[in-house]
Amino acid sequence: MAVMTYRDALRTALIEEMDRDESVVLMGEDIGVYQGTFRVTAGLLDRYGGKRVIDTPIAELGTVGAAVGMAMAGLRPVVEMMSWSFALVAADQILQNAAKLRYFSGGQVSVPLVIRGPNGAGVQLSAQHSQSFEAFYAHFPGLTVVVPADPADARGMLKAAIRGQDPVIFLENASLYGMKGEVAEDDSVRPLRGARVVRPGTDVTIISYSRMLHLALAGASMLAEEGIEAEVIDLRTLRPLDLDPVIASVERTHRAVVVQEQWKPFGAAAEIAAAIYERAFDHLDAPVERVTGADVPMPYARNLELLALPHEAEVMAAVRRALYGKPELASEHISPTRV
Amino acid sequence: MAITELAQWERNRVLEAESGPLEGTGLTEEELKALFGQMLLARRFEEEVEQACRRGQIGGYAHVYIGQEAVATGFLAHRRPGDLVFTGYRDHAHALLLGTDPGAVMAELFGKVTGVSKGKGGSMHLFDVPRGLLGGYGIVGGHIPLATGAAYALRYRSTENVCLCFLGDGAMNIGAFHEALNMAGLWGREGLCPVLYVIENNQYAMGTSVERHSAVTDLASRFGAYGVEHEKVDGQDLVAVLQTARQALASVRETGKPYCLEALTYRFSGHGVADVTQAYRTKQEVEEQKRRDPLKLFEARLRAAGALDEARVTEIDRDARQRVAEAVRFAEESPPPPPDDLYRDVYAEEG
Repeated sequence: MAVMTYRDALRTALIEEMDRDESVVLMGEDIGVYQGTFRVTAGLLDRYGGKRVIDTPIAELGTVGAAVGMAMAGLRPVVEMMSWSFALVAADQILQNAAKLRYFSGGQVSVPLVIRGPNGAGVQLSAQHSQSFEAFYAHFPGLTVVVPADPADARGMLKAAIRGQDPVIFLENASLYGMKGEVAEDDSVRPLRGARVVRPGTDVTIISYSRMLHLALAGASMLAEEGIEAEVIDLRTLRPLDLDPVIASVERTHRAVVVQEQWKPFGAAAEIAAAIYERAFDHLDAPVERVTGADVPMPYARNLELLALPHEAEVMAAVRRALYGKPELASEHISPTRV
Repeated sequence: MAITELAQWERNRVLEAESGPLEGTGLTEEELKALFGQMLLARRFEEEVEQACRRGQIGGYAHVYIGQEAVATGFLAHRRPGDLVFTGYRDHAHALLLGTDPGAVMAELFGKVTGVSKGKGGSMHLFDVPRGLLGGYGIVGGHIPLATGAAYALRYRSTENVCLCFLGDGAMNIGAFHEALNMAGLWGREGLCPVLYVIENNQYAMGTSVERHSAVTDLASRFGAYGVEHEKVDGQDLVAVLQTARQALASVRETGKPYCLEALTYRFSGHGVADVTQAYRTKQEVEEQKRRDPLKLFEARLRAAGALDEARVTEIDRDARQRVAEAVRFAEESPPPPPDDLYRDVYAEEG
């Protein structure tokens, strides 16, 4: 095993796949000469040349559209979004072409395309650069939505995404780029499906993904000091959404908390909670709790920004609410519902 | 170009064209006669599509190519195996001209499993990948970036193939057009963007005329803003289209640079089958334009050259009508997609 950052894990995956397959090309704004806003593509222009590492104009719609055309004609483009907030202008190409081409061509066309970049809030980037789009993309059939939480998944799942036959929305997180973790020395590809238990527990199930997974884990550690053993599940992909480990866990713990950075209405947690109600209703001892971002555009001021983002304390409070009716664990009485 | 300007420009062209020789097309007399047959097939097919819509056999939207046939006929005549073709939703003729079986096209419009896209695409999404047709697209201008990227891929893979991108005059005001053209201009400098953009300027973006939707009505000239060379051609005169297409495609193939041809044409039918009133144009204007029916013009030239006579034209027409009738029969007798197809082809098959 080697220890590397999430950023280097992504970069390693790009290098390994570009070395392996000449049809892999990179496109994006300032990924070449500038070395990439988050340096994920640093040095790759020198290594592969301008024909394979394409600095694009600031034109996300045109770039993604051209990448779709390249993919249809035999290449495997990987498009970097400097921020997923900029991908809104490319939505027509992602949703109307990439996601649907296989279907409306009667299976004649494949679009092996990866679009990757940071999703979610950074630090004081304010309203137009801080938002989470995972539920938006996970709504559309034809897309695969990947939300890796650690370097090993970042590398292994990016490699799988590049080798696949369908468009992949690969959602990274700016505050994870510096995170270190163990990554296999070999050329390991990780399949783009399969939630997994990252912390076993018996009292409550916390479900999350991407950066919020670490919030869930931090909350779980602190709860353990109070004698509450939370099981934490990393979804890893939102489409496909593998809920089997979630249901199996809830059948044991009877309580669930979903943690997302997104706004609460119509977010990923709503879908996950609904699925738990559908599949494990009789096993539940409390309503499924949701920990989410505040329902406001992201403010600039640091104190307000921190208030707008989910916090460990909110995870802990949600767990305690979910433990309602289990007084030996709930250290204080809290109403099972909240506004 | 405004209608009046266009009329003047076309009148000048007619003087040159209609009496001119058949030379310069790069095709033999036999090949030209075959093209007449293909063009007539496209016309008869579209006439039948309009009827089938009225009979309720075709659902949704259907946009026919009647009046514009010389454009696709001329450009596709000079394609080579491996060339790629992208177009908008007025795509039936393009499929037929690429050699797609008329029965498979009609079956697609009828929503049958034997259709080119297995009944999943319909009129606006005809695909025939083996013949290079990478689609009919329903979002105006949305296919222009695709064609541009596909052209890059062709040259990246060191092929000599090119991409043909048909677009309407109405597709030039949307962001996708401008973003794609800017990249085409950039990539073309490196010889990495062999794409021929063919503007099928039928004078109307649905019901909004060119002078009402484009601040600059010389549409070809707008490609100049992105460093893409451009010219115009009389899109009703197949011989002129063939001559121009031959040179343009050879140039794109050789240089790897994008090129634009604006074909000035006219749609005789409504925008779609639902466009009944056509309040945006007069009957007189349509009648005037029909005097330059591309089929009649081409027939006249072939006759003048002694390549066709009345009897042969009748025979070719009978053949076209028969093939269309067979296509309808095939579509009628084909089964709809099985219910299991609902969930098929959303993702690649696993394994």
